[in-house]
Amino acid sequence: MAKLIQTPSQTVGPYFAYGLTSEQYGYDFKSLFGPVLAEPQADGEHIRLIGRVFDGDGVPINDAMLEIRQPDSRGRFVASRAEAVASGFCGFGRCGTGTRPSRHYWFDTVKPGPAAPGEAPCIDVIVTMRGTLLHAFTRIYFDDEGDANARDPVLATVPAERRATLVAQRQVEPGGVSYLFDLRMQGPKETVFFDL
Amino acid sequence: MAADKPIAPRDWKTQPPYLYPDYKSTAKRGPTRPLLPLKSALAQRHAPVYGQEDIGALDHDLTRNAVRNGVPLGERIVVTGRVLDEDGRPAAHTLIEIWQANAAGRYVHKIDQHNAPLDPNFLGAGRCLTDKDGRYRFLTIKPGAYPWQNHPNGWRPNHIHFSLFGQYFASRLVTQMFFPGDPLLALDPIYLSAPEGARGSLVSRLNLDAAGEPGFALGYEFDLVLRGPHRTPTEA
Repeated sequence: MAKLIQTPSQTVGPYFAYGLTSEQYGYDFKSLFGPVLAEPQADGEHIRLIGRVFDGDGVPINDAMLEIRQPDSRGRFVASRAEAVASGFCGFGRCGTGTRPSRHYWFDTVKPGPAAPGEAPCIDVIVTMRGTLLHAFTRIYFDDEGDANARDPVLATVPAERRATLVAQRQVEPGGVSYLFDLRMQGPKETVFFDL
Repeated sequence: MAADKPIAPRDWKTQPPYLYPDYKSTAKRGPTRPLLPLKSALAQRHAPVYGQEDIGALDHDLTRNAVRNGVPLGERIVVTGRVLDEDGRPAAHTLIEIWQANAAGRYVHKIDQHNAPLDPNFLGAGRCLTDKDGRYRFLTIKPGAYPWQNHPNGWRPNHIHFSLFGQYFASRLVTQMFFPGDPLLALDPIYLSAPEGARGSLVSRLNLDAAGEPGFALGYEFDLVLRGPHRTPTEA
């Protein structure tokens, strides 16, 4: 039979917050996903991932939404809702950039383990916003995993001069460990986006 | 299970470009450099975990899920359809999230400055899971058109935003459903950004039988096609 046509993507628009990120933005509607991936009891090194999304003029975007997906601290992807409830780690988060004056997104999670031998630890990202007709995929690697990053088969496909756009910067502060990861939609340091 | 197979590739002939001059916000926000191919390992990973217990009893009924002191104003509609892959196989038990303006064309979102009334009994957000056949059903109010700043006196056609996951991380889809016969479609850069051969699939079909109970609501059917398991011609 003839194949059906993949439904075209359309922009998420400026007004997604009460539908997709309701609790973060203070709307009276339960959220299925939010900025917290790991409850305190989850195994692993607890980290905060934080950053901004910049447009082609270098202005931080206040109506972008990020979704992240990652394995747990041992490199295992969460297989079921029951498993997530039991471990305190759900593996998927969602955060908009419109609730902080500085336009930061953030996620409270654990540092992932490598998902397979020979791969560097990383977090998969979907970013979308008003002004993108189709979401974009990228990946977050960690700057304290230099040896693993050097061997990672996906990073190896990225031109060396652009790899830094995929690497988060570790910061140790009194409140805990955070990783800074900014996205640049355009410009000389445009983030590497993937076709997958 | 099906998700053990790699995902079918994105069919770029059906998708809008990142840079589309008539939709002005794309100019500073769409990636400009070619996407890099990513090996299939990522494509095999499943979507987020959730279940029926995450879905409230009224989450699919936008005419009741935010009432304060009455019922929402506007034209009651049922929106129903199936979520399929390119081979017509259902995407079962997958999450659909929707959001929309009220009947007057006003979004609840705090940054919406359009001078049209809010409805105290309407939020405009809902969600449900598809059933084993990929079928879903929402009860809502037909959204109004609203003005936007993209071009002089620009108005968006009536639409409902849809967000879906499917079986893979990479089957993610965010899109918009439109209504048949809307004269604003021919003037809307967002709708027109989808390639000509594909954009018609964003327009729902009137089906008076789709609402179930006669005389209660207008029925609209809207099917969505996500990327599914990659199958070779001999498997299909």
